[in-house]
Amino acid sequence: MTTTPLRLPRTADHLDLLESHAIFILREVVAECERPVLLFSGGKDSAVLLHLAAKAFAPQLLPFPIMHIDTGQNFPEVLKYRDKVAKDVGARLIVAKVQDSIDQGKVADPGPMGSRNRLQTVTLLDAITDNGFDAAFGGARRDEDKARAKERILSFRDAFGQWDPRQQRPELWQLYQGKVNPGEHLRAFPLSDWTELDIWQYIERENMSLPEIYFAHEREVVLRDNMWLAVGPFVEPREGEVVERRVVRFRTVGDANCTGAVDSTADTLAAIIDEIAIANVSERGATRADDRFSETAMEDRKREGYF
Amino acid sequence: MKLALKDLLRLATIGSVDDGKSTLIGRLLVDTRQLFDDQLDAVVAASEKRGVGDLDLSFVTDGLRAEREQGITIDVAYRYASTPTRKFIIADCPGHVQYTRNMATGASTADLALVVLDVAHGLKEQTRRHLCIAALLGVHNLIVAVNKLDEAKWSQTAFQGVVDELETIARELGFASMTIIPISALLGDNVVEPSANTPWYDGPTVIEALEESDAGTWTRTGHGARLPIQWVLRQPGGGRTYAGMVNGDSFRPGDVVTLLPANIKTAITAIHSGVKGRAEAGAGLSVDVKLADETDAGRGDMLASEPLPTVTNEFVATICWFGEKPLVAGQRLRLKHTTKVTPVRVNTIDGVVDIGTLKVDAGRQLATNEIGLATLRTADPLVVDDYGDNRVTGSFVLIDEVTNATVAAGMIGRATFL
Repeated sequence: MTTTPLRLPRTADHLDLLESHAIFILREVVAECERPVLLFSGGKDSAVLLHLAAKAFAPQLLPFPIMHIDTGQNFPEVLKYRDKVAKDVGARLIVAKVQDSIDQGKVADPGPMGSRNRLQTVTLLDAITDNGFDAAFGGARRDEDKARAKERILSFRDAFGQWDPRQQRPELWQLYQGKVNPGEHLRAFPLSDWTELDIWQYIERENMSLPEIYFAHEREVVLRDNMWLAVGPFVEPREGEVVERRVVRFRTVGDANCTGAVDSTADTLAAIIDEIAIANVSERGATRADDRFSETAMEDRKREGYF
Repeated sequence: MKLALKDLLRLATIGSVDDGKSTLIGRLLVDTRQLFDDQLDAVVAASEKRGVGDLDLSFVTDGLRAEREQGITIDVAYRYASTPTRKFIIADCPGHVQYTRNMATGASTADLALVVLDVAHGLKEQTRRHLCIAALLGVHNLIVAVNKLDEAKWSQTAFQGVVDELETIARELGFASMTIIPISALLGDNVVEPSANTPWYDGPTVIEALEESDAGTWTRTGHGARLPIQWVLRQPGGGRTYAGMVNGDSFRPGDVVTLLPANIKTAITAIHSGVKGRAEAGAGLSVDVKLADETDAGRGDMLASEPLPTVTNEFVATICWFGEKPLVAGQRLRLKHTTKVTPVRVNTIDGVVDIGTLKVDAGRQLATNEIGLATLRTADPLVVDDYGDNRVTGSFVLIDEVTNATVAAGMIGRATFL
C-alpha cells in the first residue's frame, strides 16, 4: 500500500481551493449548529465572507442573519455600504449597539473621543446570548496576528465567551464538528488560511464592491501615534497637531478613532494589489492602534471573547 | 503587474522539543521576506525583553504568552509563505508529548512533513513518534532538515550518521520520498541561501526542496471519485442539486454514479460551483451536482464512482486516542465521518502500537496519546474507503457525548507497517 501521490491536473488555482474550503466550512457549520450568525462589519474580510456565504447557499437565501456590532464610531461610508450589501444579498441585518451597553450601565462610557474597541466584546457576547446564537462566523485571518495564527477554524467558547488557547479541540482533516452545550458557542473562521493578498486578488476576480474608503482619496488627517487619523466627529485635532489634506486610503476598517490611513494613490483594485504585494508593513501594524497596547494585545482580547 | 496564480502546498513541521522547528520556520519567513518590518520589530523587542539576545526567531511563531514565557510551542501555529509559483500553508506543530493531539491536527491536512532534528542527538523518541503519526496520517513525503550543523563544526560524518538512521526508519514506515538537508536554522545555512560551510553537500536548500516537491494531493487517484453530500439546494422550478466537496478522482457531467448507502445508480447531468458550470470537478473543489434521477439523497449520503466504497457498520480502525481517561471496550461515543454523525460503540481493543518498535502489543485499553487498533460498531452504516486509499472517506473523529470534545482521530483499516 506504499503510495506515490500524484499531482492533480491543474483545474484549480489557490483562489479556487481557498474559496472551496471556505464554502465547505460555511455549509458544515450551518448543518451542525442550530442558530448561526455572520458577523459583518462592512470591512473587506467580512465582505468576502458574506459573498462566499451567498455563494454557498445560492439560489436560496442565506440560512442565517448577519450582525454588526456598532460602536457608534464608524466611518459613514462603511455604514452606507453595510446597509446596501445586506439589502442586495437579501440578508436580515441585526445591529447591536455599544451605545445600548453603555446606556444600560454594563460598560463605562469612555467619552465621545474615547476608544470603544474593547467595549465591543460585551455588546457582542450579550447579543450572542440574547439571540441564542450557537455559532458566529467571523472574517478573521490567521496571517493578521500571532494569536489568531494559533486559533482553530472552529473555535470553542465557553459560557462566558472565553477562548482558552491551551484547551482547543483537536481539528483533524476537514472534520469540523460544531456541537456545543447550551450557553456555549463557536466562532467559525472560514477565511483562516487566506492572506491579505489572497483577499484582494479574490475581490478583484469576483468583481466585488467595497466601501470607498479602501481606495485612494483626499481627506483631512492628523498625524497621531505615527498614523494618519481622519479628522471628523470622533477625531478632533489635539493641541500641536497639524491638520493636513493628503491623498490616503484605508488598509483596514475599524473605528474611525483607532484606524489609521496610509499614504497611497491606489484608486483601483489592480493598483491596491500592486501596493500590497510590495508592502513592508503589515496591515494591522500600519493602521490599528488597538493592537499596540502590548505584545499580546490580541490574545488578551480574544481570551475575553473578542472577535 | 499581474500576479501569477499559484498552486497550494500544505506542510506540517515535526520534530522534538528544542531541535529548532520554530527557529527554522522563523528563518524561512525572514529570509523569504514574508515578515513585515513591524512584525520583525516586535520579535526583536520580545527577544530583548526575555533576555534571549537580539533576535529569537522562534518568537515568530510562538505567539502565545505562555509559549514565550516557557520557550516551548504549545499549539499549532499556521503561517503562510509564497514564492512566485506556490503558496505554502505551514502548520508549525508542538514537540511535547502532552501536545501530540495538536501535532496530529497539523499533520492530518499536510501533503508533506518538514522534519527538523538536531545533528548531535539524531532521532529522538519524540521525533520517531511524530514520524510514525505522520506516516499513519498518510503524509508520505518528507523533507528533513538536520539542524545545528554549526555546533557540530559542519561535520559530514555527524550528518551521515543521522542520514543512516533516517533511511532505516523511512524504509520501515514506507515514506515515498525523503530529501535530507544539512542546515543551521540559527545562521540560515542551506535554508534559503546555499551554505559555503557544507562543500560536501550539493543537494537543494530547504526552500528549493519545498518548491520542487511534487507532493500535493490528499488522496491517491484511481480509487474512485467521492462526493459526501453536505447540503441539498432547492433550485427554481422544483429541482434539487447536491452540494459538497469532491475528493479522490474527478467527476464529469455524464458520469455514472452510485448513491450510497441506498445503492441507487444514476448519472451526473451537470456540475456547478455557484452559477459557474464546470466540465470537471476535482478533489478539493466545492460543487453542487444535478442528478439524472429523482432521489431522496440528503446530508450524510455519498455519491461515488467506481471502484465503489464499502458500506459497513462494523470495521477495524487505527485510533490515536486523546481523551483523558483510557479508551476501553464497551465505551459509547459519537463518531463523525465525512458529513455523517452517528453513535458508536467500541467492540474490542485489538492492540496497542509500540512506537519504539512499531510492534502491535496485546492490550485492553488506550491511554492518552496512545495509538492502537480497535473494532468499532456504528448505529448507522458508514460509506468508507481504506484510509490508505482516501484520506477523506477513510478518516473519522470520535466525540465525547457529554462534553462534545474531540477525543480521538481514527483511520479506517490498518497501516501496512503495523
